[in-house]
Amino acid sequence: MNESDEAQMRMLVIGIYLVALVLVGGAASLFSRGTRKDFLLASHTVGPVLLLLCLFGTTMTAFAMVGSSGEAYKKGIGIYGLMASSSGIVHSLCVFLIGTRLWAFGQRYGYTTQIQFFRDRLESPLIGWVLFPVLVGLLVPLMLAGVIGGGALILSMTAGAFPDWPLFDHVNPALDGGVPAWLGTLVVCLVVLAYVLLGGMRGTTWANAGQTLLFVVLGIVAFVFLAEKIGRQDNPLANLQWATGDVDPELFSRERMSRYSFLAYLLIPLSMGMFPHLFQHWLSARSAKTFRLSIILHPVLILLVWLPCVFIGILASAVDLPAAIQSDPNKVLPFLVKSQLSPLVSGLVTAGILAAIMSSLDSQVLCVGTMFASEVVSGRGERRRFSDGTEIWIARVFVVLVMAVTWWLSWWLAGNRSVFALGVWCFAGFAGLFPLVFTALYWRGLTAAGAFSSVLAMAGSWGYLFWKSDWGANQEFTVPVRIGPQLVGLEPVVLILAASTLALFVTSLVTQRPGAATIARFFPAR
Amino acid sequence: MPRVAWLLVVLLLVLHQDWWLWENDELLWGFLPVGLAWHVGISLAAAAFWALACFVWWPDDLDAIAGKGPGPLKAGADPVGEPEARS
Repeated sequence: MNESDEAQMRMLVIGIYLVALVLVGGAASLFSRGTRKDFLLASHTVGPVLLLLCLFGTTMTAFAMVGSSGEAYKKGIGIYGLMASSSGIVHSLCVFLIGTRLWAFGQRYGYTTQIQFFRDRLESPLIGWVLFPVLVGLLVPLMLAGVIGGGALILSMTAGAFPDWPLFDHVNPALDGGVPAWLGTLVVCLVVLAYVLLGGMRGTTWANAGQTLLFVVLGIVAFVFLAEKIGRQDNPLANLQWATGDVDPELFSRERMSRYSFLAYLLIPLSMGMFPHLFQHWLSARSAKTFRLSIILHPVLILLVWLPCVFIGILASAVDLPAAIQSDPNKVLPFLVKSQLSPLVSGLVTAGILAAIMSSLDSQVLCVGTMFASEVVSGRGERRRFSDGTEIWIARVFVVLVMAVTWWLSWWLAGNRSVFALGVWCFAGFAGLFPLVFTALYWRGLTAAGAFSSVLAMAGSWGYLFWKSDWGANQEFTVPVRIGPQLVGLEPVVLILAASTLALFVTSLVTQRPGAATIARFFPAR
Repeated sequence: MPRVAWLLVVLLLVLHQDWWLWENDELLWGFLPVGLAWHVGISLAAAAFWALACFVWWPDDLDAIAGKGPGPLKAGADPVGEPEARS
């Protein structure tokens, strides 16, 4: 096989995967009940296994595969503790304490978006007008990072497929013959649109479940094949022992990592409590006990995805990588997969990475479309103006518009690396909103004014620190604070969370609480 | 969650900050870094803890709040208001 044939084989595998996703959406549409609740929440019928796979796939972005291996290559094994084992504890805590309770209130009062819950809980229609732009503003960069990453991945893995096609010529001759980024991102967006529009929440859930299985399995497959290729011994254990023999021992420790950052990063997974797209998935659950499997097995699934990818990153330091790959660790996994594995396996692993990207993107676009449709057009409850059928079409139109804007922005911002840096900041922003959702569920004293102050304090501190970090360009940005004799660099998430928490409690303590009837609705007597 | 469950969460978080292994670059079985093995253990311990939490400390008022079944809410109090009738 020459280079062109290999690239065409990878393109074929990716194409088959994308067609399969559209078929899943079509199959889900056959089960549609034609109601708004069915389109947006799958009629609350999602069972434990689907919920587990779906929540996990939605939470894990491409960073779980590409970023983890790149960071392990750069900083060593510490990335697993920094982001994986911590998430195993904190994500499940969020689902246990917040997801299950929001599900219960959502069932009772018919919510489809977080904003509807906060409006009722705080007796304040205005909270929606503050939360809506903040939530959308934090979510869109995550969608952009996914779309741009997907396009770049398809381009690098298909480079050389059709070198004679003028449309596939690139500024960098090494990429000639590959699917251009604008086309790759367009295909990703159209496929996501197809199964979201056809199947709604049911299509999204089914596709997510399949995608999750795919990237969990293919991460392990990539690891096994790469260890064999690098080790060249006659059994898997010998491969690993031989390959790790050439690795810089510093990567086996955490000497390249700050202890304070390691502690501060425990706060990042709190973002899960305020992700609006997860809220919508939580509401799709069949019963409260459906959540149990997700809570228990989430840390295990994280282990299955992150451990092989972290190992791949460490083993990469035993391989002679080109300078261009060494300087951009996010390219380590795609480079190894392309250069070391057969076209069929590398095509499958590429499909796995795309699965990790798309399993988050679909939920995000459905959620933003739903928020626009609910907050801007439809109204709620007695105020609802349209029939179920019309509301489904309104939601579909907004989903298409949101995806179109995301694609256009991805095309406009292609090559701008700060989009990915912004993605990391968005997690810190969502973590800064955690006190709001936690106190809304567990503290009677939360007031509407307290909620406003908390959201504004989060947005203000987030914006200020983001500006100070050169709009995310300085990826090692911390705020120096003197603690005793030591100068400590505080991670932005610590300050954002502190500001939003302080504003929430101080303001709530001096302003009027919601009425007794509202408190009784959300704090049942036991 | 009861206090003992919160204590176990805090214990997991403290064990997660394994500063005593920070500079240890030894390998188990010739390939697995000790620090990585510790955090794999943390992931498995987290799963075991959440299994315990889900079966021993599961919040028993969720179905009642959701209007899907009896729960420990006070009889006659109808504390959660009218069920949703919007969709």
